[in-house]
Amino acid sequence: MATETTDAAGVCVDAGGSALGMPQLCADWMPNQIFWLLVTLIALYFVMSRIALPRIGAVLAERSGTITNDIAAAEELKNKAAEAEAAYDQALLDARAEAHKIVAEAKAEIQAELDVELQRADAQIAAKTAESEVAIGEIRAGAVKSVTAVAKDTAKELVAAMGGTADAKTITAAVTARMKG
Amino acid sequence: MAEEKAEGGLVFHPLDQFIVKPLFGDGPVHWYTVTNLTLWMALALLAIVGVFVLGSRGRAVIPTRLQSIGELIYGFIYKMVEDVCGKDGVRYFPYIMTLFLFILFSNYLALIPMSYSPTSMIAVTAILGFGVFFAVTILGFVKNGPAFLGLFWMSDAPAILRPIIAVIEVISYFVRPVSHSIRLAGNIMAGHAVLKVFAGFAALTLVSPVAIFGIVAIYGLEVLVCGIQAYVFTILTCVYLKDALHPAH
Repeated sequence: MATETTDAAGVCVDAGGSALGMPQLCADWMPNQIFWLLVTLIALYFVMSRIALPRIGAVLAERSGTITNDIAAAEELKNKAAEAEAAYDQALLDARAEAHKIVAEAKAEIQAELDVELQRADAQIAAKTAESEVAIGEIRAGAVKSVTAVAKDTAKELVAAMGGTADAKTITAAVTARMKG
Repeated sequence: MAEEKAEGGLVFHPLDQFIVKPLFGDGPVHWYTVTNLTLWMALALLAIVGVFVLGSRGRAVIPTRLQSIGELIYGFIYKMVEDVCGKDGVRYFPYIMTLFLFILFSNYLALIPMSYSPTSMIAVTAILGFGVFFAVTILGFVKNGPAFLGLFWMSDAPAILRPIIAVIEVISYFVRPVSHSIRLAGNIMAGHAVLKVFAGFAALTLVSPVAIFGIVAIYGLEVLVCGIQAYVFTILTCVYLKDALHPAH
């Protein structure tokens, strides 16, 4: 260990391998540091400027281009969607107006038919009513006549049964007078 | 890094972690020697390549996680350069991105235990800082000619104050690279040294819970510092670049 380090020992390192003063200020090592720094920097510069930076710059530009295009496409699609929605709304309005019209027409037609039917029915009812009234009148007249005949017969029979005698004309006149009264 | 001696004293070597060692065998460190510093710079480079080259390999419009990280960092630095330097500063974006990524990845890789922190070396950060300084100064004169000196002449200030302000501006201009580089190296070095000191205290049974808690706390702080220092270095570079591009106040 000691022999190895003494070989490396120079102005800046003591026999034990420790630094004498600040290693940063050791002039013996500075050419080495500067040389390798320059090598590293030049290599790094060429790698960065020739390969890495143009590539990353291109990727970033491409990405911003893609994003711009996508935004434009999205805007276009949005406009199309708005147009389609407007067309749909218009179609809906038209259809609704059409439906209203059809409903109104149908209603008017039905109303007209209904009126005709009602009139006809009314007329029929009126005819039937008149017929019925005639029949009722006949029946009533028949009934009155029958009642008069029955009353005369009954009165004759009653008079006969009570032992009275009366001619038919007198009884008939009396019954008729009674029934009128 | 701490050895308990026979008399019970502790010896700390918190700076030993910054020693530059040859990676293969022993011997003197020449300028071309492959050292531990080389290894960790190479690892930082590989990590960056992993995130930015392999991560973006798919070029996916919907990014993978790794690609997303790369894109976030790209967008962050790109926006910073654009906001601070203006549209004409975007040309220098690759340079600033290189600086930022090198510092960021070096800082974070240095937080791995037993790792080496290249950004704690003053020689490294001085090259970065003075590199920015010279590049920006030369760029300023090339772009603006002598008008670049208008940077030091506050035309809004009262006439008497202008020469004084000019002197102060010139001094502050030349101090820039020094503060720029020492800020980064100092922050990273201090943080790592403090971690080592706490680790040394952890060898003492009595205080080891406190010391280990201290390591955890300082480590958390260092995680913040690593990101913040990389950000500060980068945004100051952008500010200096802006001065070179638009010297008028």
